Amino acid sequence: MQLNDLINNTSEWLKGTGPDSEIVMSSRVRLARNIADLPSSHWADKEHKAQILEITKDAVSSSKFMKDCLFLNMKGLDEIDKQFLLERHLVSREFTQDGAYKAVAITANEMVSIMINEEDHLRIQVMQSGFNPTDVWRIADEIDSELESKMEYAYSAEWGYLTACPTNVGTGMRASVMMHLPMLVLTKQIDRIIQAMAKLSFTTRGLYGEGTEASGNFFQISNQVTLGHSEEELLDNLERVIKQILGHEQNARRASSIQNRAQLSDKIWRAYGTLKNAHIISSTEAISLMSLLRLGIDMGIIKDIDRKLLNELLLMTQPAHLQKIEGKALSPAERDVKRANIIREKLK
Amino acid sequence: MICDSCAKNQATVHLTEIINDKMTEMHLCEKCAQNKGAMMQQHFGVSDLLAGLAGIGAQVDKEEGPSSLKCSGCGMKYADFKKTGQLGCSRCYDTFRRNLAPLIRRIHGSTNHIGKSPVKARKATKAKTEMSRLKERLEEAIKKEEFEEAARIRDAIKAAERRTPGAGGKGKS
Repeated sequence: MQLNDLINNTSEWLKGTGPDSEIVMSSRVRLARNIADLPSSHWADKEHKAQILEITKDAVSSSKFMKDCLFLNMKGLDEIDKQFLLERHLVSREFTQDGAYKAVAITANEMVSIMINEEDHLRIQVMQSGFNPTDVWRIADEIDSELESKMEYAYSAEWGYLTACPTNVGTGMRASVMMHLPMLVLTKQIDRIIQAMAKLSFTTRGLYGEGTEASGNFFQISNQVTLGHSEEELLDNLERVIKQILGHEQNARRASSIQNRAQLSDKIWRAYGTLKNAHIISSTEAISLMSLLRLGIDMGIIKDIDRKLLNELLLMTQPAHLQKIEGKALSPAERDVKRANIIREKLK
Repeated sequence: MICDSCAKNQATVHLTEIINDKMTEMHLCEKCAQNKGAMMQQHFGVSDLLAGLAGIGAQVDKEEGPSSLKCSGCGMKYADFKKTGQLGCSRCYDTFRRNLAPLIRRIHGSTNHIGKSPVKARKATKAKTEMSRLKERLEEAIKKEEFEEAARIRDAIKAAERRTPGAGGKGKS
């Protein structure tokens, strides 16, 4: 498998299936692991970094889960390729900077990606469509156990898995759920919810973490605490709050379909109309209109589009994806034209 | 749309930030976004927030004077950690334990791991418990002058040591 094969792939997390997938786009679990007695990736010299890469690469290549995976050295990739992986949620933003001794292993369905020499020696990430963090954790757990048998992890009975940053120590687990919450935004309840989440030690971010292009009503909610609770407890806590938010969004949708059905339908159909006809469209406009269109599909107002198609569009209209599809670098103005073309073509 | 920052160029980058739990949007041209991006990297890293919290152990510093304390595993000083928010190696957790324990408690509300552990660590813990039990029995046997029993236990300890070297001595914490 090659990097360029991914462009024709539908990532596992974009399938638009799984529990509560009309609101929960995807569930993700990532585990931070380090090899015992080797310096942290940021503190290591070249020799140690090379050693970390070698040990982890060996372990990954002997893993059943990672059989036939795509193994990429970040150093060999150009900026568009790195951005492309970031847009597909296969690597972190930090990982796209300075590629020396960094590598990522990706399974064919893009459900699993393992980053080597990120902040920690290993970042194991599993991602699936819909609301199922516990299932996702089980897979991550299995892969982790497989890798663990090939190397010795830095671990203390007292503080658990020892990570480069003490914010990840303990389970080393960050579980997150990506939600589409347009009605909570429209009804201005979202700020209150974000505040409440923070009080309960959950982090809320946009589609691509902090400081990224317009969120389009997509929110990523994850656990902040990693120590002092078992993985199952942490997941249970997360699932409970997500269910609450899910309920609020569902209620807001139900209420609006009784009270403001006409206004909402108008908004959604106009969004559809613009997307179908625009010849120049910025990413902000595209994502907010696609968010409305998605709401229309999920509420049964628009019936002739598949959610999966819209998920794909959401990804294809990101800057690096547009440039991969075009096969060359595009200026922002050229991207806006290309974006509009692709959307018109797909919604025909 | 015009750039919020320079009010001259076309805005092509659109940022959503969550500051003080409030969402704010910003529309910037490429140039201003690059400047802003560099600023954000300086401002929003977890490391930087951590570095602020890392001063929690400052009192310990004064008493012990170990801001210059150096990790024997990787050569990192606590001052380096305060700058980057990242530790140099797993041994740093032991080296800077007095400073880290209050910090970790502040972040997680706990200092005790519950949850998954590597199989090897589980085996090592089991072997250690078994070893200390055998040693206790050995002492007891010697006290009671049951030398035949003591010799049997001594052999058992030797056998256990061969199976899992390190279980009787220092092993990984």
